[in-house]
This record gives sequence, structure tokens and C-alpha cells, in this order.
Amino acid sequence: MRKLLKTLEERFFFVLMAGSTAFLALLLLMIITIIVYKGLPSLTWEMVSQTPKGGYYFGREGGLLNAIIGSLYLASGAVALSLSISLPLALAMNVYFRNRKKLVNGIRFILDLLWGIPSIVYGAFGFTIMIYLGIRASLLAGIITVSIFILPIMVRAMDEVMKNVPLSLLESAFSLGSTRREVAFKVVTRQCFPGIITAVLLAFGRGIGDVAAVLFTTGYTDNIPTSLMDQTATLPLAVFFQLGSPIPEVQNRAYAAALILTVIILAISVATRLLSRKFHKTSIK
Amino acid sequence: MENPIISIRNLNLYFEKQHVLKNINIEIPHNKVTVILGPSGCGKTTLLKTLNRLVDLHDHVKISGKIMLDDKDILVPNIDVTGIRKKMGLLSQKPSPLPMTIFNNVAYGLRINGLRGKRKLMPLVEKHLREANLWDEVKDRLRDPASRLSIGQQQRLCLARGLAVNPEIILADEPTSALDPISSTVIEQQFAELKKHYTIVMVTHVLRQARRIADHIVFMYLGEVIEQGPAREFFNNPKEQKTRDYLKGAFN
Ligand SMILES: Nc1ncnc2c1ncn2[C@@H]1O[C@H](COP(=O)(O)OP(=O)(O)O)[C@@H](O)[C@H]1O
Ligand SMILES: [Mg+2]
Repeated sequence: MRKLLKTLEERFFFVLMAGSTAFLALLLLMIITIIVYKGLPSLTWEMVSQTPKGGYYFGREGGLLNAIIGSLYLASGAVALSLSISLPLALAMNVYFRNRKKLVNGIRFILDLLWGIPSIVYGAFGFTIMIYLGIRASLLAGIITVSIFILPIMVRAMDEVMKNVPLSLLESAFSLGSTRREVAFKVVTRQCFPGIITAVLLAFGRGIGDVAAVLFTTGYTDNIPTSLMDQTATLPLAVFFQLGSPIPEVQNRAYAAALILTVIILAISVATRLLSRKFHKTSIK
Repeated sequence: MENPIISIRNLNLYFEKQHVLKNINIEIPHNKVTVILGPSGCGKTTLLKTLNRLVDLHDHVKISGKIMLDDKDILVPNIDVTGIRKKMGLLSQKPSPLPMTIFNNVAYGLRINGLRGKRKLMPLVEKHLREANLWDEVKDRLRDPASRLSIGQQQRLCLARGLAVNPEIILADEPTSALDPISSTVIEQQFAELKKHYTIVMVTHVLRQARRIADHIVFMYLGEVIEQGPAREFFNNPKEQKTRDYLKGAFN
């Protein structure tokens, strides 16, 4: 009887696990199928190589190059800005303040709170600051807003990897007479390189895909931005606007834009994984 | 003792409320192998980590007393901690190579002291790898990640890396406990060689090993120093009852 229950239990959890995996795979497949099915026919070379011409939003000629470039600028800028704060912060939490558990846990708590705040709130916050400082909607305002929004994601993702650096590794680095800066940047950064890449990737994906944070801050224009103070279009907003159109052809272009966004994220993810694998070799397990 | 290189005076250490080192007084002689002996949990590792201030990395540590090195108390708060650590190489129980190539592991120690440029680094890397008796095994694979070496080779790599910093003292915490017998013997032989130029402080709980290589012995039990002195005297003519019990294998 006991044995029977045990087998049943095991069977149950196996079915649950297999079921959820299948469900997730199916969901992913469906999303990709819909985007490809609806978007691919509209995805012409013109779409990725030209900016919108007059009448583009009524289904006539032109493309979304402005939004593609805009999104890449925005996400790269935001990731770079955010990285320059989050890497030192994560290192500080795990090297400099290694013996200040309470302080570090306090920072973690605040970051987790920030992580939980919806991006529209960051958008509104960015908008308020913009008005207060008298900056117009621009690439710069968008970069700043998005970088704040992805900051907690990046720091916590790095922090989770750095937390797991074995104490023995830190001890051996310190016992050689390394300064904390050397331990942070030469040892911990190297040990955690794959994790840092993953964190950057995660933040990039969130940053490039978000609508709400850029809704009020970047403006929208048919031109490719040439300076930080220019307004800029982004892919998520392009999806958003076109999907709201009553013209079926324009709606399909929304799916094409979503497809472009997906492909960009996929390409960057593959490229960074390859890069991180190169460094993974020397990590200490 | 004449001119001990390190002398520890009235050292007490607490982890939170736990009294781990109890009024420790130790003198460590120059260019000898001093073995710190005692059953596990008696505070040997903690003592070593106090010597090079690695305990600073821990939360809630309270220390009092003095540790004199070159007539300077290294426990005072505003001392140059990295300078102290450079004077003492530490070999830990489990070898812990840095996440880089074999070459760079050793070069790391050299670069810490400001050396740059492959042409300057290479001969010194070779010299220290030879000192650790590892050169012949790795000379064709210096570009491999250190993590690919066997545990015994990793420990010798850590020794080479430590020597590259040019220390005066080598602290070793049961450096052979994770190693196979052959690598252990190699490490022991290297220590016998290295003591010409370095002061070695080695922790062990293996009596036979202590008999083989110790010049000087410190015997600890439950956070206290029970007895210390020249090795021969310690083994042939122990003064304390606890030492006699320990030597008979009463607690291990
Ligand atoms: N980081 C720490 N925090 C709290 N207690 C510790 C810590 N490190 C060691 N201890 C305690 O200190 C005592 C001595 O440990 P240790 O120095 O490792 O002994 P040994 O090396 O002789 O086996 C043990 O009771 C251990 O539990
Ligand atoms: Mg120990």
C-alpha cells in the first residue's frame, strides 16, 4: 500500500513536471508562430532598411529603420549607463562590504522593491524629472529613464552570482596582498564574467522591449536620431501604434516589428553566450 | 626565545559570543618550521587567519591582544593590511587557484608587486613554479585554466603563486589534507627546502606529519595553547598531561 502511494506520488509529480514543461514549450511555440505567421509576410527588405515615408502609417511605402536604430541606441545607451553603476555596486556589496551583512541585505531589499515597481511608474518618474529640469522628450531622457528602470535588475542579477563566489577564493586572493579593488575587478569580475553577461543580457532584453518607460520620455519621430537631444522612435512603440490602427495591413506590420524585436534579442543573446563561454573556461567551480 | 619573527601576546578572539581563541601567547622562530598541532575545532585555522588579518572578512569578530611582527602590532586598526598579507603567503586546506590560466595565477603574485611585461614575468614564473616543484608538469600548458590541474598540482600552484609575492613567512593550513600521498610528500619536501629562506607556520592534526617536519611545536586544545617548544623536547619529554594524552592518541 505504502509502495503504491509512493509510486502514485512519483507518477503525479512526473506528470506535473512534464505537463508544465510541455505547456511552456507550447506557449513559446505559439507566440513565435503567431508573430512569424502574421509578421513574416509584411517583413520586407524595405521594412528594415528605410524610414517611414509619408503615408507609411496608412499602409504605404517606407520602413521602420528609425525605430530599429532608435531601440538599439536606447537600449545600448541605457545598458552602458546602468552597467557603469551596477557593476561597481554589485562588487561593493560582495567585496567591499563582505563583512557588513546587515547593510548589504538592506541594499538587496531596496533593490528588490525597485525591481517590483512597474515600468510605467519609472516612465512617469522620468517624465516628472524631465519637466522639472526642463528637458524635452529625447533619446537622452529615454536612456536615463530606462537605465534607472533596468538598474535593479542588473545589480541583483550580478549580485546573485557574486554572492556565490566561494569565500575560499576571496580569501586566497586577499591573502596574496590584493587590495579590495584588485579582488573586485581582477578576480571576482573574472570569476563571475558569464553571470555578468547574463545580467547585462537580461537588462538589455527588458530595456529594449519596454513600452511604458519610453512612452512619455523619448517622443516619437520618423527620423533616425542624430544626437542625444533628438526625439527617437522605438520598436515597442512602433508595435503599439501600428497595432492600434484599424488598417489590417498596418496591423500586420506591427507583428513584423515584433518579429524584428524578437530577432534582435535572440541575436544578442546568442552572441553574448558565445562570448561568455570563452571566459567560462577559467572560472573556478 | 631569541628574536622570534612573530610573537603573539594575550590574543583573544570571539565569533559573536563564542570564545574561539583564549588568551593565546605564542612565539614563532625565524626560518624554522613551526607546527601548530591540535584536534580539529580547537582554533588552528582561526589563529592562522588572524595572523594575516583574513578574519577581517568575517562578520561579528572581536579581537583583543597583540601580534608583533617586526616590532609592530599588526592588530591595530589603521595598519597597512595588504602589506602584512604580502609578508605572509597562505596555503589553505583546499587549494584555491584564481579563475585564470596557470601562468597568470603565478604572475598575479608578481603583478601585485608592480611587475609588468611578459619578458620580465616569464623567468620569475618559471622560477617559482620550480620552487613549488611544478614546472616540469605544466611547462607545456601554461595557457590552460588552472582549474584543469589535479588537486595536488593546484596546491603546488598555490604555493608557487604565494612565493611569487615574495613573502617572509608561509602560513599553511593543513596543506596536504586534501592531497594524495605523493603530492603530500612533495609539499613536505618543499617545505623542508623552503625553510632555508622562509619561516613556515603549518597547521596539522596529523601527528606523524608533525614528527616528520616540525622544528618547533605549538599544541592547542579547545582554543588554548597547552604547550609549546622545540619539537624534540615536545615529543620526547612533554610537560603537560594533556600533551601526553594527545600523543598517545587519546583525542583525535
Ligand atoms: N566564520 C566563523 N564564524 C563562527 N564561528 C567560526 C567561524 N570560523 C570558525 N568558527 C568556530 O571556531 C572554532 C575553531 O574553528 P577552526 O579555527 O576552524 O578550528 P580548527 O582549524 O582547529 O579545526 C570552531 O568551533 C568553529 O566552529
Ligand atoms: Mg582548520
